[in-house]
Amino acid sequence: MSKIKSKKDMRITVDHNLEENVKKKIVVDAEIEGKVGKIDFNELKSGGFIKQRQKDLFTARMRCPGGRIPVKKLKKIAEIAEKYGGEYVHLSFRQSLEIPYVNYKSFNKMIEELKEVDQNIASCGPRVRVPTACSGCEYNPNGLTDTQKMAQVVNEKFFGYRCNHKFKISFSGCPIDCARTNEMDLGFQGAVFPEWNEDPCTGCTICASACLEGAIVPHPQTGKPIFDVSKCLYCSDCIRACPTGAWQPGKIGHVVRIGGRHGRHPLNGSVIAKFITDEEVPKVIEIVLEWYKKNGEGKGRVRIGEILMEPGKLESLVKELEKAIGGKVIKSAKPPHAVHINQYD
Amino acid sequence: MSNVKVSANTDIGVDDSINLSNEVCPMTFVLTKMKLDALKPGQHLEVVLPAGEPVRNVSISVKEEGHKVLKVEKMGDFFRLIIEKG
Repeated sequence: MSKIKSKKDMRITVDHNLEENVKKKIVVDAEIEGKVGKIDFNELKSGGFIKQRQKDLFTARMRCPGGRIPVKKLKKIAEIAEKYGGEYVHLSFRQSLEIPYVNYKSFNKMIEELKEVDQNIASCGPRVRVPTACSGCEYNPNGLTDTQKMAQVVNEKFFGYRCNHKFKISFSGCPIDCARTNEMDLGFQGAVFPEWNEDPCTGCTICASACLEGAIVPHPQTGKPIFDVSKCLYCSDCIRACPTGAWQPGKIGHVVRIGGRHGRHPLNGSVIAKFITDEEVPKVIEIVLEWYKKNGEGKGRVRIGEILMEPGKLESLVKELEKAIGGKVIKSAKPPHAVHINQYD
Repeated sequence: MSNVKVSANTDIGVDDSINLSNEVCPMTFVLTKMKLDALKPGQHLEVVLPAGEPVRNVSISVKEEGHKVLKVEKMGDFFRLIIEKG
């Protein structure tokens, strides 16, 4: 196990065929397309080096949870990119900064230098990927939940966890859903349930103007809100607009979507729970990952959404989640919905 | 036309006034903000805005910037707001 034979797609082949404990702390002589060098498997296991078309060259993917990079770090990364990479960096679709045109012989030196600013390499392959998140509630007025904080929590607790296939998690702070929770294996979207108190309400009708969903209609005589909860997206606009504080936040948390994906066989995820608190998020992820491992056994590279489309599977996961989050789980959840291009004429 | 009062005070004095009935977002908020900047805390600005998005966005934004909507009056397709500078 100390020598890799020449393979074009080294990152995937090496990555998937070795057990985690074998890969740990092994520096090997690697032979890639006839060239020989030393590669630390411990670094490569995360697979953040992606083979390019060009001989010997790889794209190094940085690990940037929530797409946030402190400016100081960015300066050092820029230096390193100039030294080892090409003329530009690329922003991946999942918020990671990528340095293309890195020669595999530079991997070790580059990793060392990145460590000086605590910058790690990201992941590819069948595992929990770097969580993505929207810009964050500290400065985005729409933000209802602290998505950046949650991305850090998930990054620390779950990054790299082995699964049947890739497993993507994202956090959106509001129903605008910039982080596309609908197409994640597991997505969390900020939600606030509005509660109305009659006393402070003056019937000014601003909340009805603020609501984009038609969930609030003013009473024809009093102007006071008639609230249709079935239309509410929990965006909190009524609360933000109300001049007298008659609308107040009730339950605050995350709407949970599961089983979404993009790619060749896109799936729209299932809404499976509502108003999960920040503290409950790790528990939900843990249960889902355990369920995925158990139900994916022997199935090879299959996404959780595909498993959830099999009869009885969604119900089985709902049952598991119910043990931990009780009534917040949605019992009438529908399996992920396929949107293949070849379904249509 | 309904006349709905927010404040218990029915005779709220106005220190400045702006008619934004022909403006669209984001100018509705920008012009409201410029007027508010010129006032002292506690002074009142009267703003006339088109119903829908402008009244929605201006109401949310002025509240977030620490001002207070004292009075809201619906006038057909327009809203008349009285905003107290925070």
